[in-house]
Amino acid sequence: MPGKLKVKIVAGRHLPVMDRASDLTDAFVEVKFGNTTFKTDVFPKSLNPQWNSEWFKFEVDDEDLQDEPLQVTVLDHDTYSANDAIGKVYIDIDPLLCSEAASVISGWFPIYDTIHGIRGEINVLVKVELFNDLNRFRQSSCGVKFFCTTSIPRCYRAAMVHGFVEELVVNEDPEYQWIDRIRSPRASNEARQRLISLMSGELQRKIGLKVLEMGGNAVVGYLQCFDLEGESGLVVRAIGTACTLDKLSSGSAPNSNTHMHPNTAPASNACNSPSKDGKEPVFGEDLTSSSGPPTPFRALPTTSSSPPPFSPSKPCSRQSSSSDTDLSLTPKTVETVRSMRGIFLCPSSPTLSTDTLSLVGFGSVGCGHGSAPRATTPPPPSSIPSDTVLLRKSVSFTEDLLLAASGMGSGGSVGKEAGPLKTLLRQQTQTALEQREFPFFTLTSFPPGFLLHVGGVVSARSVKLLDRIHNPDEPETRDAWWEEIRQEIKSHAKALGCHGVVGYSESTSICEEVCILSASGTAAILNPRYMREGCLDIGISDHRFEEPSPPSCGFCHIPYDELNMPFPAQLTYCYHCRRQKVPDVLFTTINLPQEAAVTGKGCLIQARLCRLKKKAQGEVNATAISNLLPFMEYELHTQLMNKLKLRSMNALFGLHIQISVGENMLLGLASATGVYLTALPAPGGIQIAGKTTGDLSNEHHILTIQKRINDTIAKNKELYQINPAELTEEVVGSPIPEPRQRSRLFRSHSESSDELSELDLSHGKKDAFVLEIDDTDAVEDIHSLLTDAPTPTGFYSCNTEIMPGIYSWTSGVQMFTSVRVFRLSNASLTNQGLNKIFTDLCENLLKSFYFKLRSMIPCCLCQLNFTVAVPEEELIQVAVTAVAMTFDKDQAQEKPADKPTTKGGSETEEQLQFPMELCADASSANTQPSSKISAASVDYGSFADRCSTWLELLRLKAHTIRRGSVKTISSLEHCSPLPEGRSRSLRSNRSFRGSPVTVVKMTPLSFLPGTRIIKYLGIINMFFIRETTSLREEGGVSGFLHTFIAEVFAMVRAHVAALGGNAVVSYSMKECMLMENPNKNQAQCLINVSGDAVICVRETDQEPNPSMANIGQTCASGTDGAT
Amino acid sequence: MRDICSGSTQSDREHSSTVPEAVEQAEWQQSNAECLVLETGWDNTQNKMAVELDVFVGNTTIMDEEVYQLWLDGYTVNDAVKVRMEGGVMEECEASADVLLSDTMDQYRTFQMCERLLHSPSKLANQLLFQIPPNRQAMLIERYYAFDDAFVREVLGKKLSKGTKKDLDDIGAKTGVTLKSCRRQFDNFKRVFKVVEELKGPLVENIRHHFLLSDKLGRDYAAIVFFANHRFETGKRKLQYLTFQDFAFCAGQLISNWTVGAVDNMVEDMDVDLDKEFLQELKELKVLITDKDLLDQHKSLVCTALRGKTKAFNEMEANFKNLSRGLVNIAAKLTNTKDVRDFFIDLVEKFIEPCRSDRWTAADMRLYLTHYNNSAHILDTFKHQAVWDRYMVVIKSCIFKMYHD
Repeated sequence: MPGKLKVKIVAGRHLPVMDRASDLTDAFVEVKFGNTTFKTDVFPKSLNPQWNSEWFKFEVDDEDLQDEPLQVTVLDHDTYSANDAIGKVYIDIDPLLCSEAASVISGWFPIYDTIHGIRGEINVLVKVELFNDLNRFRQSSCGVKFFCTTSIPRCYRAAMVHGFVEELVVNEDPEYQWIDRIRSPRASNEARQRLISLMSGELQRKIGLKVLEMGGNAVVGYLQCFDLEGESGLVVRAIGTACTLDKLSSGSAPNSNTHMHPNTAPASNACNSPSKDGKEPVFGEDLTSSSGPPTPFRALPTTSSSPPPFSPSKPCSRQSSSSDTDLSLTPKTVETVRSMRGIFLCPSSPTLSTDTLSLVGFGSVGCGHGSAPRATTPPPPSSIPSDTVLLRKSVSFTEDLLLAASGMGSGGSVGKEAGPLKTLLRQQTQTALEQREFPFFTLTSFPPGFLLHVGGVVSARSVKLLDRIHNPDEPETRDAWWEEIRQEIKSHAKALGCHGVVGYSESTSICEEVCILSASGTAAILNPRYMREGCLDIGISDHRFEEPSPPSCGFCHIPYDELNMPFPAQLTYCYHCRRQKVPDVLFTTINLPQEAAVTGKGCLIQARLCRLKKKAQGEVNATAISNLLPFMEYELHTQLMNKLKLRSMNALFGLHIQISVGENMLLGLASATGVYLTALPAPGGIQIAGKTTGDLSNEHHILTIQKRINDTIAKNKELYQINPAELTEEVVGSPIPEPRQRSRLFRSHSESSDELSELDLSHGKKDAFVLEIDDTDAVEDIHSLLTDAPTPTGFYSCNTEIMPGIYSWTSGVQMFTSVRVFRLSNASLTNQGLNKIFTDLCENLLKSFYFKLRSMIPCCLCQLNFTVAVPEEELIQVAVTAVAMTFDKDQAQEKPADKPTTKGGSETEEQLQFPMELCADASSANTQPSSKISAASVDYGSFADRCSTWLELLRLKAHTIRRGSVKTISSLEHCSPLPEGRSRSLRSNRSFRGSPVTVVKMTPLSFLPGTRIIKYLGIINMFFIRETTSLREEGGVSGFLHTFIAEVFAMVRAHVAALGGNAVVSYSMKECMLMENPNKNQAQCLINVSGDAVICVRETDQEPNPSMANIGQTCASGTDGAT
Repeated sequence: MRDICSGSTQSDREHSSTVPEAVEQAEWQQSNAECLVLETGWDNTQNKMAVELDVFVGNTTIMDEEVYQLWLDGYTVNDAVKVRMEGGVMEECEASADVLLSDTMDQYRTFQMCERLLHSPSKLANQLLFQIPPNRQAMLIERYYAFDDAFVREVLGKKLSKGTKKDLDDIGAKTGVTLKSCRRQFDNFKRVFKVVEELKGPLVENIRHHFLLSDKLGRDYAAIVFFANHRFETGKRKLQYLTFQDFAFCAGQLISNWTVGAVDNMVEDMDVDLDKEFLQELKELKVLITDKDLLDQHKSLVCTALRGKTKAFNEMEANFKNLSRGLVNIAAKLTNTKDVRDFFIDLVEKFIEPCRSDRWTAADMRLYLTHYNNSAHILDTFKHQAVWDRYMVVIKSCIFKMYHD
């Protein structure tokens, strides 16, 4: 029983009127943790009750501490009938379990009800006394820090990066239980909220355990998602990167000496996880919880020393030896519907997308580029060895695939890269591969020098039929599904000659019983110098002997062997160092490395696509979907490529492709930030070619289009300030590639590159990208290419953390969430029509943002995160969360000498750890810093204000306020209680300074410009459901959702403020699921948000006053000591 | 209702046709119902789509002052969009009508959600739902409680009752203020009235404290409350020439001189009511007109002082007794609630109109009243100097203010 949780209910305010007769409320509070419940006294007839309860003490296991949320329920006492619930507050006490995070939770929490939304606020004080538990068999993982931030948190140093951790827990969805028929939706939703809160606690604990086993102390890039699978249950899953983080002590440079150790000597791992001999932590899910035999999948990585085996045999072996959960699935699900899709989005454009499905038996779509004219329509499934030139390029591939497919029969997924991979691997040390797994990293930003080379985007998708989860304790099926996908990703990375995957993420899209699982990341080679000794000598065999590449271009250099390229690409010598080869285009899912040399500015590039599909059930549906997927990926990729060229850029960062499934359509949205990397060759133009010659009007038409395209390119170059220094012939020639290499290069390119002259190669001058107009579709495509409206002057946009080319951020920050739902009123739409609608939708959204944020100009929208969904037939939902940041236009061009990474350490750290001392006299402390705070933080209401009010509140306790008058006055006094006479209270109320509400900034980025994060207070992970039966009265769906989102923001802010924080970084809205029934006047919405609560101070403040941030905590502790 | 596409081309479609006719609905619900109708999307016929839902929520609540004003002024969303388009904001920001409509609806929703808080402004600083910087909060409150002088002039002195509220549409039609705006202003008056009615202490301070208003607005509300409390007659044709600001000034004078709080601001009584004792004492002033000697003496003192200083001297001399009688009678009658109501009309009828018909200038008026007031002090038999001064200081400044065309 290693923990004591103490809760005190202080007061309430702005409560709703529960008794119509008296216009007042008799409120009391139930505090529940686990199975223990305490109650406060009833505070009669007040909308601003002062309970000042005793400390309620819960003695609990730390396991429960991690899993359970604290439930605070405010009720209205009713003598004659049942007490009415006013609302609830769920408080995640996890941040209190970690010594370095918050020490007390104290503040005003909005009282939330699923029907009525926020109904007043309650002031709660929570503390935890934790006893050390050295039991090695413990099930808890207290003390492991969690960060949503996908980089090393700013005030920490990564002593070691252990690698990938993942876990999932499943349960039945209360909404779908039989009891739902008799209980109210409200009760059902509350049960759901509670359950999910519990599940995410459990998930976090389990992940924490894995981290501890790996020897780490933190999870960075923690990504938790819910799959609401409907009747088949509820899955909560999470991935992250286990690290050992050291708090930065004062003076040490934060990142310069950072060592990251991606995964790990096998030996030590074996020790760490005895349950799985020799199993790498990367895939070691269920290390502790699963009692069943490891699935063949898990065994696979260890038994297979060479990559090829991951393919065909998988499904069979899986089926035969799988656990009972697996077996309970109908065999057909496994055999016929299981379809894996994988895709490379590789350096040089070509999409290698493959799909294998026994039913259709269709192989691959390959797309060449460069000199090869591109077919504008994807080849139909039946004609794989199509005679288009583009396919010729990847012919070896297709052959392999065909071989594999035919050999497999009903096998299922196929290792498409088998051919090239084998040759590639031959050059690598077999032993090294045997020894270790490929590390996955959910991180997207890295310390300088960590990334050696980046291969390209690897992604995999799989269509599954959901089936009821029979045994929640053994989520084998879901585990296996993800296992498969990860294997796929791994093999793709191998094919690219990379040993790691960075910027890794997973997602799902569910429609009825069909589920698309997706994973993507960026294949990369990580610097061996940053790895733990002796644990890594693979994948870099070719490179380790080369002199180190300059940091500004090194990551662009190809990681794969140019003689055995996994896909056709045009390589040139790096335009920056001219020593090594670079691809012509680079796609990644990570943020732009800070040291990268960039020309001009970046911009948001989106590819949007709609595909109709027939409505169907079960396998037929799944088959149809998996058949559509490769075409969608292909088209999205082509669009991205075209748009990239149109903007005269050559690299994409932060690429995120989302494919959403609906009943009668699939939506695809790819977002990325386009950049001109100085190291890569300039992209060629786009050339339009008409197929039907001779028709004059047609030719004229083509000419006009060509002109428009050229104009656009020129305009974009100017807009994004892309004017790379023209390379003179001599300079280009200087690297002098050895003739041997050259000749080989040519040989390997024999089929496709014959038209490339030597000069072309060394120049990097590409043939223009050719778009062929042979039918109306193609015309549409080109039109849509050109319809992307340019961003208005003064605006930039990107979906990465920082806009390439802008370095002088000022402090203006506005985070926002926007949701739009469009109804397609005409059912007989064509794909083209749909595409147009979808494109317009996204474009209009962006336009709206620019308009709304026009007061912030010059400003940049960062981390534009689009989420698309098809909530119902004929509905398209797009949800966007992003942040607008202002910057200094004049300095925008120059890159400051010192990078923002080199902040984070602070002298105040030590002070911070002893907040108690600072507040010996709380009152003096709270008056003094208040002035400083207003200077220190940009905020209006400040910590001190909040705390002082709060303090006074405490002090006031039973202080009766003589006020022979009306309720309005008394309510005011409760709001800002000041013991002094009326005149004083008049003054303070009139001036706004007395505002007790802490300003909490929110941003999806990992930092706030102009500020320094001095403390991470813990992860915020909140799940809310809101419902209404009076939709019309609440302003329709828009009014309903508007209120709900505002409420969610408010609750996040309140929790952060209660932890003592003043900002949320890495904020994201994971889920926004809206269901409506206007006819019944009803709607329901689920929202899941997460982020890191932090304390940040203005960067300019040399001596940030830590007391201000901690004052809330300190006074709390002070008063606590007294009680 | 969702299928209605009222957009750029049909933006003039009257939305109210679909609004439930239930006017008596709670305001909150009603405004939302309007919102619902308005949100039904915009024209996009060529794309065959309709916006089902469209929201934008910022962590810091985004509020456009221009849109706020349009909302306060009771513009419908479509009308507001039109106004904004004419204002040229579109060209400025390369936006389209759709964007403008979407933005306007977002803002309207935000304002509607805020409205509840604005009803008790002190909550705005404490609430957690919207993160609004303090200066914006102040702006929101100040503008919300701002009113149209034309409108307030109409309801000034009227009982803030349901009955008056029913007449708001007439007032709206007369003053050109939209009904929605009329309702807001009227409800503001009523709300402020209700809160401060029972409170002790200085009226202006109370209002400012509870509604976080600026000094100017606080004073104006004090005047409105004061007028509503005493039901001063302001609507008569003869009073039509007076503006709200005239009355507000007079109210300020009355509040600071004739109420209980005027003498002792810590006294346990209210600023809203006139000092009953004082009103009683005013009866004593009658001696100035009932005592023939005193009246003559007073007249000669004033005339001596005025002689040669003004062109209107003859008229002043001729009318002295009438005017004096008028003023003193007003004073003597103030114990009657009915006569308090007629205070301003009496001032105009008994004093201002005669003077005006004699073509006194403002300077004449000033001169006359100063001497009229001062001369009374010289009268040896007149014992009520304090009451006289307390009375005259208000009368003087009121008449100065009211004496214009």
